[in-house]
Amino acid sequence: MDQKDGKDGFNHIKNKAEEFLQVFRKGEEFTQEVLKENEKLRFKVVQLEEENRMIRTSGPGNLKPLQDKVAVLEEENRRLMERYREVEMENKDFAEKYIEVEMENNNLANLYVASYQLHSTLDFGEAVKTVLEIIMNLVGAERFAVMLMDEKTNVLTAVATEGIPIEDMPAVPIGEGRIGSVALSGDSFFEEDISSVPGDDLQNPIVCIPLQIKEHVIGVIVIYKLLLQKPSFTDVDYELFSMLAGHAATAIFSSKLYSQSERKLVTIQSFLELMKDKPAGE
Amino acid sequence: MPDIHFLVVEDSPTMRQLISFALKRVHGSKIIEASDGIDALKKLSTAKFDLILTDINMPIMDGLKLVSLIRGNDQYREIPIIIITTEGAEEDRKKGLALGANAYLSKPIQTAELLKLVSSLVKK
Repeated sequence: MDQKDGKDGFNHIKNKAEEFLQVFRKGEEFTQEVLKENEKLRFKVVQLEEENRMIRTSGPGNLKPLQDKVAVLEEENRRLMERYREVEMENKDFAEKYIEVEMENNNLANLYVASYQLHSTLDFGEAVKTVLEIIMNLVGAERFAVMLMDEKTNVLTAVATEGIPIEDMPAVPIGEGRIGSVALSGDSFFEEDISSVPGDDLQNPIVCIPLQIKEHVIGVIVIYKLLLQKPSFTDVDYELFSMLAGHAATAIFSSKLYSQSERKLVTIQSFLELMKDKPAGE
Repeated sequence: MPDIHFLVVEDSPTMRQLISFALKRVHGSKIIEASDGIDALKKLSTAKFDLILTDINMPIMDGLKLVSLIRGNDQYREIPIIIITTEGAEEDRKKGLALGANAYLSKPIQTAELLKLVSSLVKK
């Protein structure tokens, strides 16, 4: 029994010793790893210290050129941005100018065509028809008339109308009412607010343009109503009115004179023919 | 660049000249003018037109009749048409477009607007 107990005790001690040795070995391995890690960290510290030293020694002196370059580039960037804004403004100005030039071009084309057409005929009827076409197509009027002055009676009567039966047009003595006043003064009349005017009062047009050769008024263009799509007058309309006042007057007047002279010529020629045919002594 | 042939149908010589004046700004434009619908039909065979611009109110044959005849003709039905007229009411516009016109422009016309329409309809 004692012998058995002794054997068990020995085995127990042996096992304990084995366990202790294993723990000791693990402790040794751990210590080795810690030492290796420590070595690595020390190396890293040396490296960092070296880098730090290098940075400190290279210092502001080495950064200066780079800082200067950054400043130059920033200045360049600022100047470019400023120039970009200037160019953008110039572009905007050019775009606005282009629109203005286009408008002017359009206006000049209208004036050129109107003037060209007015002076392209010596026929009284055609000259008056051209005036009507200009007012209808270029100004955009719906109801209007061309009135001419009878030099003997000083009364204005319509010679052509659009949108109004010609027989409905009143005969207007010079100086009477809106139309007669324009014929007397030679100053154009424009209604300020045309949207409120119904356009059916034939004594009160929204526009009266005197047809003038120098100071002499030969007639008046009267406009009562504009086309549905034309709410108000534009700049070119006033230019057209101004052009019509002079050019339409000379075109109408010269064509009228030409027609009269043509008629007189035919009469004289017929008379001469008659004289020639008449036997002598009769 | 190939020529672009325009047919301008208008009874008013003033408007014909004004429209032609504007179309001359289109590079390579060749303009033929007609004074009414019948005149236009006669002149349609004189060139291969790229665009027709027509008024509505014209003597002998009006613009609406002309548009319907062109759209009913196999040879000419594909030619784009712009109506240019004093008739500015919405029902007139609808009527013109329903007959087959591609665009409808009310007088008085603005050159820039006309040229914009022309360039959108002429494919060359």
